[in-house]
Amino acid sequence: MKINNLGYLLKEGFRGIFLHGFMSFAAIFVTVACLLIVGSFSVLMYNVNIMVEELNQTNEVMVYIDETLSESDARSIGTKINLIENVQMSTFKNREQALEEFIADHQGDEAFNGVEAEDLRHRFVVTLMDNSQMEKTVAEINQIEGVAKITAAYELAEGFSTLQKILQIVSIIVIAGLLVVSLVIISNTVKISVYDRRDEIAIMKMVGATNGFIRLPFVVEGFSLGMLGASIAFGLEWLLYDVLVKQIETMDSLQMFQFVPFQQLLIPMIATFAATGFFVGVLGSWSSIRKFMNV
Amino acid sequence: MIEFNNVTKKYSVGTQALKGVSMQIEDGEFCFLVGPSGSGKSTIIKLITGELKPTSGSVHVNGYSLERIRKREIPYLRRTVGVVFQDFRLIDNMTVYDNVAFAMRVVGAKNQEIKDRVPYVLDLVGLETKSRRHPSELSGGEQQRLAIARALVNNPSTIIADEPTGNLDPARSFEIMTLLQEINNLGTTMLVVTHEKDLVEQFTNRVITINDGLISSDRMDGHYEYENQ
Ligand SMILES: Nc1ncnc2c1ncn2[C@@H]1O[C@H](COP(=O)(O)OP(=O)(O)OP(=O)(O)O)[C@@H](O)[C@H]1O
Ligand SMILES: [Mg+2]
Repeated sequence: MKINNLGYLLKEGFRGIFLHGFMSFAAIFVTVACLLIVGSFSVLMYNVNIMVEELNQTNEVMVYIDETLSESDARSIGTKINLIENVQMSTFKNREQALEEFIADHQGDEAFNGVEAEDLRHRFVVTLMDNSQMEKTVAEINQIEGVAKITAAYELAEGFSTLQKILQIVSIIVIAGLLVVSLVIISNTVKISVYDRRDEIAIMKMVGATNGFIRLPFVVEGFSLGMLGASIAFGLEWLLYDVLVKQIETMDSLQMFQFVPFQQLLIPMIATFAATGFFVGVLGSWSSIRKFMNV
Repeated sequence: MIEFNNVTKKYSVGTQALKGVSMQIEDGEFCFLVGPSGSGKSTIIKLITGELKPTSGSVHVNGYSLERIRKREIPYLRRTVGVVFQDFRLIDNMTVYDNVAFAMRVVGAKNQEIKDRVPYVLDLVGLETKSRRHPSELSGGEQQRLAIARALVNNPSTIIADEPTGNLDPARSFEIMTLLQEINNLGTTMLVVTHEKDLVEQFTNRVITINDGLISSDRMDGHYEYENQ
């Protein structure tokens, strides 16, 4: 495309935006609203994923081995545990190690002074790949001969995993739905532009303008609407996130939630917002011109 | 050159608009196309500009085979064929100058080319003093001149006019036809659809008469005959 045409195309594209000020405003407003919600769900999902991951690391299953087994027999049970599908890793701890940890945990507690290594069992510390399956996996481990007892915190682990899954599904539905809404709104705004200028389009076709040339001003219009919406939404999202996180972190009851600072999300968020703005703007305008092109 | 070989056109609703039209219009010719309403004249024009595809037969226009032209070649075909309509089809929110410049801009002409060419064409059609007006501030004859200027500005080898004088009084019609004749004298092939017997006879050019989708006469002596049949 020659450079003097570029100027023309940009000018025509922006003309559309100002010509339909109210519709453009509505399109940008809706895009901002949609992107804000989409962005909020994305950062929430991101944070929950991180929390669940951290929880996975601390949320271990303790598998105690029958005290009648020797240390080497107990150790060999590890291979059987590892064979179970959902098991990520198992670490063996013998009585002596267990005692050391026990003493460290209960330092200065008189009541436990007389505890000896012989009073404790050999054990495995098991981490799971999917904590929502914890109950089922524990039952399987229980089937292994030589396993005496298992302790695990089902509720917390499964609760978080379920939350994560629900959030993922809801996010995907909300995001997809809102993207379609933005797409339709931008598409309709550009459609009005196209309709307004159908006579010009007919003349362009008549004198031999290529479809690409005819389409471009409208794509520029849709692109600008999408990008403008995305930029505003990005700024608002940043502001909102910082305010909300500060609020949550000062609340005692919500201390367990840890949020990453927005700066850490900057690049993925810019990429997401820009890509969405581009996608929604260009696709929205492209689709709205199609049926006017067959003259 | 425009060449029709045994062309038929059936619209999807079932109207058989053309029933086997063969004709050849050489480069530089001036040709009238006459015939009663509904006989198929506009259909022929739409086949020439690639707006329609023939149902059977072949259409050749300025080196393009219209029966098998690809969609993205059509713009390039249209740059060789300027079209003028009865209802002018001007853009009223643009000035006279911009209406003509627009046609150049949208096919990618350079600014300098536009600045050189538009005044020349406006001068040719006699609108050089009215370039800052808008189409609604022009008389019917002037509007048609503007439409001709726009059809002419990209220097097409052929100009096609579908009843270009249909909205004008006899004196204006004569002026427009004279202008088209002058443009033809400069070398542009001219195909003009008209109902105006007097004009056709005054200009003594080739006349193709079409009747009910078939060519009923093709004469070189400016004889307008379908009403006599
Ligand atoms: N889009 C269409 N769909 C169906 N039939 C059509 C269509 N356009 C034209 N026709 C029919 O095809 C026939 C030829 O029409 P055409 O417009 O070519 O006539 P014409 O010679 O230009 O007439 P006029 O002098 O009134 O402009 C007519 O019977 C018309 O009704
Ligand atoms: Mg007609």
